[in-house]
Amino acid sequence: MSHLPILPILIPMLAGILLLLPPLRTTLTRQRIASLVSAGINLLVAVVLLNQSATGEVAVYAVGDWHPPYGIVLIADRLSALMLLLTAILLFAALLYASAGEDETGRFFYPLMMFQALGINGAFLTGDLFNLFVFFEILLIASYSLLIHGGGKHKTRAAVHYVFLNLVGSAIFLFALGVVYGSIGSLNMADMALRVRELSGAELELAKVGGLLLLVVFGLKAAMLPLQFWLPRTYATAPGPVVALFAILTKVGIYCMMRVHGMIFGDYAGDIADLIQPWLWATAILTIAIGAIGALSSPSLKRLAGHLVIVSVGTLLSALAINTPAAISAALYYAAHSTLAGAALFLVSELISEQRGGALDMIVRSRPVAQPVALGITFFITALALIGMPPFSGFIGKLMVMQSATTMMQMSSTWPTLLIATLFALVAFSRAGSTLFWRATGKNSDNIKVSSTKYAAIWLLLLAAPLMSLFAGPIVDFTAATAAQLDQFAQTPEILLNGGNR
Amino acid sequence: MEMLVALAIGILTASGTFLTLRGRTFPVVLGLTLLAYAVNLFIFSSGRLVIDGAAVLQQGLPVPDPLPQALVLTAIVIGFAMTAFAVILSMRARADLGNDHVDGSIRSQQNDGDQR
Repeated sequence: MSHLPILPILIPMLAGILLLLPPLRTTLTRQRIASLVSAGINLLVAVVLLNQSATGEVAVYAVGDWHPPYGIVLIADRLSALMLLLTAILLFAALLYASAGEDETGRFFYPLMMFQALGINGAFLTGDLFNLFVFFEILLIASYSLLIHGGGKHKTRAAVHYVFLNLVGSAIFLFALGVVYGSIGSLNMADMALRVRELSGAELELAKVGGLLLLVVFGLKAAMLPLQFWLPRTYATAPGPVVALFAILTKVGIYCMMRVHGMIFGDYAGDIADLIQPWLWATAILTIAIGAIGALSSPSLKRLAGHLVIVSVGTLLSALAINTPAAISAALYYAAHSTLAGAALFLVSELISEQRGGALDMIVRSRPVAQPVALGITFFITALALIGMPPFSGFIGKLMVMQSATTMMQMSSTWPTLLIATLFALVAFSRAGSTLFWRATGKNSDNIKVSSTKYAAIWLLLLAAPLMSLFAGPIVDFTAATAAQLDQFAQTPEILLNGGNR
Repeated sequence: MEMLVALAIGILTASGTFLTLRGRTFPVVLGLTLLAYAVNLFIFSSGRLVIDGAAVLQQGLPVPDPLPQALVLTAIVIGFAMTAFAVILSMRARADLGNDHVDGSIRSQQNDGDQR
């Protein structure tokens, strides 16, 4: 049995622990180097895993050699590998950006980032529902502390809302787990997918309740419509590099819906097949709508970025609601694009707010930025990618989602919403960009030095926009194969119980 | 027995939900704690309730499902840590914001003439 699948959990964990111990802990330089090196190794492992999974191999790693359905398993398939790679890129870019000064504003920045990555990687790998809860808690407790990194009134206020909401979310998650375990009788996802087909009567109703409770939990993580109010304020106040890593958190919710509701309560689940799809339609459309309206009314660039995250979540939900392999494939491409471009926008707004003195990133007339050309080009490309303009990846992603709608009902609900939301994003970005860069008064008196490391981090993320459209062919092949593989798992979960198809 | 457990979980959840919806951080933390208790009892009962069963293993007696007990143990530990974090955060919010309202300001109550 190869030990590769557990490395994305072990590397950040060991790095996080070592960073707390004397030889590395003493100076900031050592911390920077050690965490960048471990993030690099993590990235390397993610690439190797992606290569391995691209051959169609599914690595099922039984932790401690306790075999399913009794032991906890890690599943490294195409979907997990793709999400792990995204996380690894974000982590590296966020650490690189932070090493240019953000890490000096508070203690324990690097260990916390490592533990956050540990939780995210674990959530993407695990094949056990209770283990998923444990990794959720790990990533949450790290995110609570990172959110108030640097301190300040606004951060504390946003953190109080975020922490209390997520504690309630954790309680609901546990209720759901109790209901699901009581009715289905297993917590291994593949085993559950098999057992759920044979349920009947009261057990079936209970399983339905459990599945919908899980939708609430994942919806809170993903910022689905009635549960999205925490997101803009939280993301607007948190430090830039932290939010760049948070960009993957909403996708953790979407990933869990694909994994749990796609496999256990999916097309082949007998009497409760496609449990969440009727609910997803309305929430998806309304999530896009509220995100787009919020984007128009945003007083600052970071709020705008937060609302665009909500729009992208709504787009992903509408693809999940269509629920064909083509739609899932489109969702994966769009998820990759929106994660990287969204993280880049948060870093860009952090840079802009550093250069405008007291006005920060508020969309108001103020002094000009110190580097109008370099920053303007970076902002412009980020905006084009996020709006979905042709040369960049956002265009292809939105096109794929729209193409995957085939029936009249699907087209009539997704097309207008997506297109109008795109127009709203365009208007919001035009207003923000022209105000931030052109409507300037006075002179920029401060001699602000901007380190090139920060630009390197942003461009690392931003390069994905042209590259993902340049290599759209191979990427779409991969996501289509991923969607087919997910469908195969839902149809025959036995594959995951018998140690994968080697 | 079933009724008793169900009532206990129900009352704990109801009180927890009520307290969580309050406006100040102390009742909210208490509410979250009650919710955590309710959820622990609930998971415990998801392995079905057995009366006069074997404590661990004993021949001729019904054996209770051991998995929920392991799950509850994990949930208790995590819930404990999270409650501690929530308490510390509430105290920090009280220090940073100057009041203990969850929104960080008591403006809505000022309008009622309740407080200055």
